[in-house]
Amino acid sequence: MTGLAVLAIMGGVGLFLAVRAYEALNDRGFAFFTTQNWDTNSGEFGVAAVLAFTIAIAFVAVAIAVPVSLAASLFITEVAPPKVRGTLIALVDLMAAVPSVVYGLWGRELLQGHLIPLSRWINTFLGWMPWFDVSGADPNDPFVNLSRYSASTFIAGVVVAMMVIPLQASVMREVFSQVPSGEREGAFALGATRWGQIRAVTLPFGQGGIIGGTMLGLGRALGETIAVVMIISPRFDFTWHVLEVGSNSISALIALRFIEAPDFELSGLFAAGLTLFVITLAVNFGASILVGRSRSGASSEA
Amino acid sequence: MTLIDEPPSAEVDLEEVRPARPRTVLPADRPQGPKVGPRQVGGVAREDLLALGGALVSSVSLTALLFGTFAAFSGRLGFTIVWFGLFIAIYAALVALDNDTPAVVDRVMTAVLSAATLLALVALASVIIYVLYGARGVLTNVNFYTEDMRATGPGDPLSSGGIRHAIIGTLIIISVALLLTVPLGIACAVYLYESRSRFAELVRTVVTAMTALPSIVAGLFIFATWVLILGYPRGGFAGSLAISLMILPIIIRSADVVLRLVPGSLREASAALGAPTWRTVWHVVLPTARSGLSTAVILGVARGIGETAPVLLTSGFTQTTNVNLFENAMLSLPLQTFEFSRSPDPLFQERGFATAAVLMVLVLALFALARFLGGRPAGVLSKRQIKAATRKSAADEERMAARSRGRSGS
Repeated sequence: MTGLAVLAIMGGVGLFLAVRAYEALNDRGFAFFTTQNWDTNSGEFGVAAVLAFTIAIAFVAVAIAVPVSLAASLFITEVAPPKVRGTLIALVDLMAAVPSVVYGLWGRELLQGHLIPLSRWINTFLGWMPWFDVSGADPNDPFVNLSRYSASTFIAGVVVAMMVIPLQASVMREVFSQVPSGEREGAFALGATRWGQIRAVTLPFGQGGIIGGTMLGLGRALGETIAVVMIISPRFDFTWHVLEVGSNSISALIALRFIEAPDFELSGLFAAGLTLFVITLAVNFGASILVGRSRSGASSEA
Repeated sequence: MTLIDEPPSAEVDLEEVRPARPRTVLPADRPQGPKVGPRQVGGVAREDLLALGGALVSSVSLTALLFGTFAAFSGRLGFTIVWFGLFIAIYAALVALDNDTPAVVDRVMTAVLSAATLLALVALASVIIYVLYGARGVLTNVNFYTEDMRATGPGDPLSSGGIRHAIIGTLIIISVALLLTVPLGIACAVYLYESRSRFAELVRTVVTAMTALPSIVAGLFIFATWVLILGYPRGGFAGSLAISLMILPIIIRSADVVLRLVPGSLREASAALGAPTWRTVWHVVLPTARSGLSTAVILGVARGIGETAPVLLTSGFTQTTNVNLFENAMLSLPLQTFEFSRSPDPLFQERGFATAAVLMVLVLALFALARFLGGRPAGVLSKRQIKAATRKSAADEERMAARSRGRSGS
């Protein structure tokens, strides 16, 4: 009975979004997914740029979060003395409880100032890679306009990473803590160092959990709204230059446009929301299948 | 060697028959090596500490020397990155002086793992401290908690206006969301726990997928159904519905995990006494898992209270205190933070920090409460609970005795 209710709610979300989105999707057809603009008055609107920015932010976030959360969860399960383990777990969980609006505030006011020099440094030395290029700024110019480095995909990604880390860390920690102690002790008995044991036993065992946790984090990063809204300055022409000023995301687009949107634009926003919904759902189902399939997954599903 | 050769029958006379064997003697001219004490197998060795300290000192000095000369870095973040790279290199070199490669890799990786954990914790601490620091000028004003913003405009001093409306709105919205989700969530978790059918597996998968439902989509959905189709205005109740949608899967999943920790023997004992399933659930499973279930609910609340995107779309924005769920807009703390921080007025920005601080303190308090309640595994009681349980069973005994007395009397 209650199970049915939950299923109904979930199905309802997709259904009602689709009904509302129909008008815009019908009008735009497939062009909705290829147009890099959002001008509902002229009928020129689509999610191509916004979707690409969403994915770019999520990738930056996951690229930063995965090493940190992997290392933190390994530290908690393998290195930390049992006495501080509980405290560490609580602190990492606490990271998940901090509201995203607080992270957004912190990211915009404090972190951005510290990240801009880093952006500039990356641009100086790695600028030959196309995605670290910043148009309109010469990093070797001492009077370079630093605002070209602000409000970028990179900075938004770092802040979103803060929200992804605890989620990934808790999934990975859960899996690592289920490594059979026999195998762990076997590695030690064969003379492995701690890192040797981690590489030979823990990481192969936790593979499914690592990949699944990464994807769950990706799903979370794709849907993050308020922190992204607070940091980016919206733009509708996609660029691979992650350090360059301006970015966007589907959820930010909805949050910024929704209140004043007339009916037709509303339908377009619903279509954008539907796109986001379908993508996150696909990522999350993929993640839970991966976690469930791995050797460690059977029990970690709980 | 000798034992095997000897016939078993000769055992009795063994001592007399066998000539006295020469004792083993150490050769007198054996070379005396350095005395080797027992090896240290645990704890921290002096060499490790020295290597760590040496690497720390030399990397800090080297960074200070190099910084700004060779690296085109600036800012504290750049300093930290350069320092950490140097530290790892020097530490590896120092450890390599008297260890083999696997040991060096082990030490270096341990340092890297600790550093990553430290990085996450430092980031968390910086979030909390920075927000509290930014709010220091506002939090001490009493009017910040007792007034709303209806009479306060840009430029008005901090002694005017406050977030009473947002605090009240948050409390109302989250309470209504709880009223909706707790019965449904726990019922669903019990269903998942009791049923082993394939449908239950499907529901579990869907719930897992729903935990990651983007919050903005939850807001869109409630707006599409409650506001556009059912025709109600935006307001507190729509906000509650959207928040419910966010916290329902969280509550179900954590309650599901907690229920599985209830010892099977308790359920079997109850079933053996002839209790039907619902009585077992109501009188045995749920009370046993109570502390864990409250943790699940509180964690859901902590998550729901901080969600901005769903209420942004559904509850509307207001400057005044509103306690009516179904009429007019109702504001919540995260939305108020968002609105304050969007304003160009520095005083509004400062109020934004203060609102964020209030919200954060609220969430941290809830979180601490959840840890406090959830610290005990299922079925383990505190002293007070043991006393209460003893009292209750004594009363039960009394009641049974009175009953049997009454029966024998009549």
